[in-house]
Amino acid sequence: MRMEENRVSFEPKLLGFLCNWCSYAGADLAGVSRIQYPPNMRVIRVMCSGRVDPEFVIQALELGIDGVYVMGCHIGDCHYLDGNYEAIRKFDMTKKFLSFVGLDNRIRLDWVSASEGVRFGEVVSKFVEDIKALGPSPLSGDTPDQELLKKVKAIREAVISNRMRALVGRQRKITEEENVYGEKIPEEEFDVLMDQAIKEEYDRHRILLALEEDSKSVKDLGIELKLDPSIVLEHMLTLKSRSQVDFQEIIGNTPIFMRI
Amino acid sequence: MPENKGIKKKVRENDEEVRVGIFVCHCGSNIGGVIDCKKLAEDVSTFPNVAYTEDNLYTCSENGLASIKKAIEEHNLNRVVVASCTPRTHEPLFRECISEAGLNPYLFDFVNIRDQCTWVHMKFPEEAYNKAKDLIKMGAAKAVKLEPLDMIMVDINPAALIIGGGIAGMSAALNLSRQGFKTYIVEKEDKLGGRLNSLHKLFPYDIDATEFVGKIINNVQNAQNLEVITSSRVINIEGFIGNYEVEIDQNGNIHKLEVGAIIVAVGSSLLNPEGLFGYDGLKRITQYELESKLKNKDLNAKEVVMIQCAGSRNDERPYCSSVCCMTALKNALTIKELNPDIHVTILFRDLYTPGTSYEEYYRKAREQGVLFVKYDEDRMPNVEENQVKVFNEYIGDEMIITYDLLVLSTPLVANSDNKDLAQLLKVPLEANGFFLEAHVKLRPNDFATDGVYIGGSAKWPVDITETISQGYAAASRASTILSHETIEVEGATSILPEHNKNLCTGCEVCIKVCPYNAIKKNENDEIEIIQALCKGCGLCAATCTNKALVIRHFTDDQILSEIYAYGGE
Repeated sequence: MRMEENRVSFEPKLLGFLCNWCSYAGADLAGVSRIQYPPNMRVIRVMCSGRVDPEFVIQALELGIDGVYVMGCHIGDCHYLDGNYEAIRKFDMTKKFLSFVGLDNRIRLDWVSASEGVRFGEVVSKFVEDIKALGPSPLSGDTPDQELLKKVKAIREAVISNRMRALVGRQRKITEEENVYGEKIPEEEFDVLMDQAIKEEYDRHRILLALEEDSKSVKDLGIELKLDPSIVLEHMLTLKSRSQVDFQEIIGNTPIFMRI
Repeated sequence: MPENKGIKKKVRENDEEVRVGIFVCHCGSNIGGVIDCKKLAEDVSTFPNVAYTEDNLYTCSENGLASIKKAIEEHNLNRVVVASCTPRTHEPLFRECISEAGLNPYLFDFVNIRDQCTWVHMKFPEEAYNKAKDLIKMGAAKAVKLEPLDMIMVDINPAALIIGGGIAGMSAALNLSRQGFKTYIVEKEDKLGGRLNSLHKLFPYDIDATEFVGKIINNVQNAQNLEVITSSRVINIEGFIGNYEVEIDQNGNIHKLEVGAIIVAVGSSLLNPEGLFGYDGLKRITQYELESKLKNKDLNAKEVVMIQCAGSRNDERPYCSSVCCMTALKNALTIKELNPDIHVTILFRDLYTPGTSYEEYYRKAREQGVLFVKYDEDRMPNVEENQVKVFNEYIGDEMIITYDLLVLSTPLVANSDNKDLAQLLKVPLEANGFFLEAHVKLRPNDFATDGVYIGGSAKWPVDITETISQGYAAASRASTILSHETIEVEGATSILPEHNKNLCTGCEVCIKVCPYNAIKKNENDEIEIIQALCKGCGLCAATCTNKALVIRHFTDDQILSEIYAYGGE
C-alpha cells in the first residue's frame, strides 16, 4: 500500500495521430497480440500522417495535453506514396516553433508498420515514460502558465499563416527538384531560410496577439515581448504591408498600432 | 416504398438538431470482460447532442444491427457511433446498416475500444474504462460534425493479373478465365507448377505430383482467355481498384497489362538449412531433397531418422510451417512401401494431423512400423556422425538412435522478394515476411487495399488441398469486383467547396503536393480535384496555404472537435 501511495502520481495525458494504413493497423495488431502498454494515449485516426496539420499538434498542446505523437508508415511504405515525407516537413517546422517555448520535446514523430504490433506497444510505453520524466505540461491543469499560453497561441496562428504554409508546402519541391529556371536550392540553404521565417513569424504573431488585447506603440510592444524595438518596428512595417496592422493614432511623436 | 425512404433520408439529414446514437459493444467478454459496458453506455449519454445510448453483447450481430436500425427509427437519430472493435474490419458493416435504415453511410463514426483499449490494458480496467469514455467522447464530437457524402462510381476493367504460376495461381486463373474474365499469369520461373514440380507424391492419397500438376498445367495452357507470361516479374503497378496498370519485365522485354484486380499467389520459399543439425546435403538432408531421391528411386539408406520442427517454432521462426508433419509421414510411408525393412524414426515436438484423413495417415504410418519419439524444445536432439542422441520425454531417458540418413523437416519461409512486391502493391507483410491479409477471419483472402487479393502459401505455409481452396477463394473474391461494370468507391475525397473558392489564392501548392496528380487548374483558372483519382489522403488540405481545400470526413473542423473533446475547450 505504501509503495502505491509513494508512487509518482503524474499520469500524462497523451494524444496520438495514427495513419489508417500502417500505425493504426499496428496498434490494432498490438491488441490482437494482447501486447500490454500504458493507457495514457488517446488516438485520432487520420488517413495519412501527412494529413496532420501542424495546427492540430499545437492546438492539443495549447489545451494542456502533455504530449502528442504522430505516427505513420515507414519511409518508402506510405500507402499514399510519399505522404510521410510531407509529415516530416510539417513536423520539423512544428518542432522548431515549439523549441522557442521549450515544448519541442513533448511531440514525437515515428513510423510503425501494420506488422509492428510489438513495436507499437514499445514506442507508446517509451513516450509515456519520457513524458512522465518531463512532468506535467505547464499548460495543463487548472492554472496554466498564461505567458506561455500566449506564446503557444502565437505559434498556432503562425503555423496557420500563409507564409509558413507556403514554405513548408513547397519545401520538398524546392529542395528536391529544379524550378522553372533550372535552379535547385540546397537543403541547407532552405533550412536557413526556413529558420529565419519561423523566428520572424513567431515574433510577428506574438505582436499581433499583443495588439489584440489593446493598441500599443513599438516601444511598449518591445518591452512586453522582450524584443528589440528596432526588430519590432521592422515587423510592424511588414505587418502593415500585409494589412494586418495599421496606425490607430499618433500620440506626440509615437504612433500607436492596432490590429486589423 | 423506396420513394418514402428517400424522403425520410432527406428530412433526417437536413434536420437542424443533431441527434447522436451511441452503441457500446461488449464483444462477448473481449470488452465487457474488462470494463462495465452498461455503465459506459449510461455515462456517455450526457455528451453533447447524444440522444440515445445502449450496450449490446455483440453490436455486429443480427440483433445488434437490428437494434441500431430500430433506435434510428424510434429516436430519430441522424448520427451513429459504435464503440467496439476496429473500423478496419467493421466499418463497412455498420455503414451498410445505417444506410439500410435510411441514413447516409458517412454519418457514422467508429470508436475503437477493443483492439486499442481493453485488449491492451487488461490489467487496468479503471484506466481502460476512462480511456474508452474519452474515445467515445471524441468520436461523438466528431460525429456531430459529420456530413453526408456520396460514393464515387468507378469503371471496372474485367481482367485479372495473377502473380505466381504455382498451384494457387493456376487454380485462381482457371477459375477466373472460365468465368470469362481475361486472365494473366505472371510466373518468375520458366515454367508453371511452382513447388509441385519438385514433389514426389501428394498426401493423403499418394497421388503422383508430376502427373497431377501436369494435368493442371495442361488445363491452363488450353484455357481460353488465359495468358501465361513466364520468366517474368512485375516491376511497376499503378492505378486503383478496377483500373490497374501493370508493367512486366520478361527477360528485359517490358509488357504492359491493364487489369481490374490482382491476385498475389507467389507461394513461399525453402529454408536454407546450412548449420542446422549438421546439414550437409548428403547424409543429412531436408525433406525436399528426400522427395527428389524418392522420385528418382535412389534411396540407399537402411536407417532413416527425421527431425521435425527443424528451424521452426523457435525464437527466430516462431510459426508452425503446417505442412512438415504430413510431409514426414508421407515420405516415411513411401520409404516403408519401397522397403519395409528400412527403419524410420520420426523425432517430433508435437504432431499435427488435423482432420480424419490426415489422422488416418498417421495411424497407417504407425501400423507400418514407423517409430515416433517426442523431444522437448529445451532438450534438442544431439546429432552426431552416425547417431542421434535424444531425450525421450515418455521414457524419461536419453535414447541413442543410429542413422545412415538424417532428414530435416525444415519450414517453408517467406520469399525474400516479398518486400518488393508488397511495396508495389502497397500491402503489408507480417513479422515473418509473409503477406498479411486484411483480416484473419473476416477477409482472409483480401488485402486492405481494394482490388488486391491473396491465396496460398504467400500468406502462410499451407498444403496443396488448402492452397487450391485459397486459389479459388481469391478468384471468387476478385470476381465479386470483376463481374461489375462499375463499383462504388470511397467518397471521402478532397474538395474545394464553393464557399471556400474565394479563399483559394491559386498558389498551386496542392497541385505539387498531391501524390496522384488529382488536382489541376481548370479552364477558368480554378483549382479542381478529379474525384476518381483522389485517394483521400488529405495531404492537400493539410498543406493548403489558406485552408481552402477540405478533405472530407477528416475535415479540420472534425479533427479539431476530437481534440477539443479530449483536451477540453
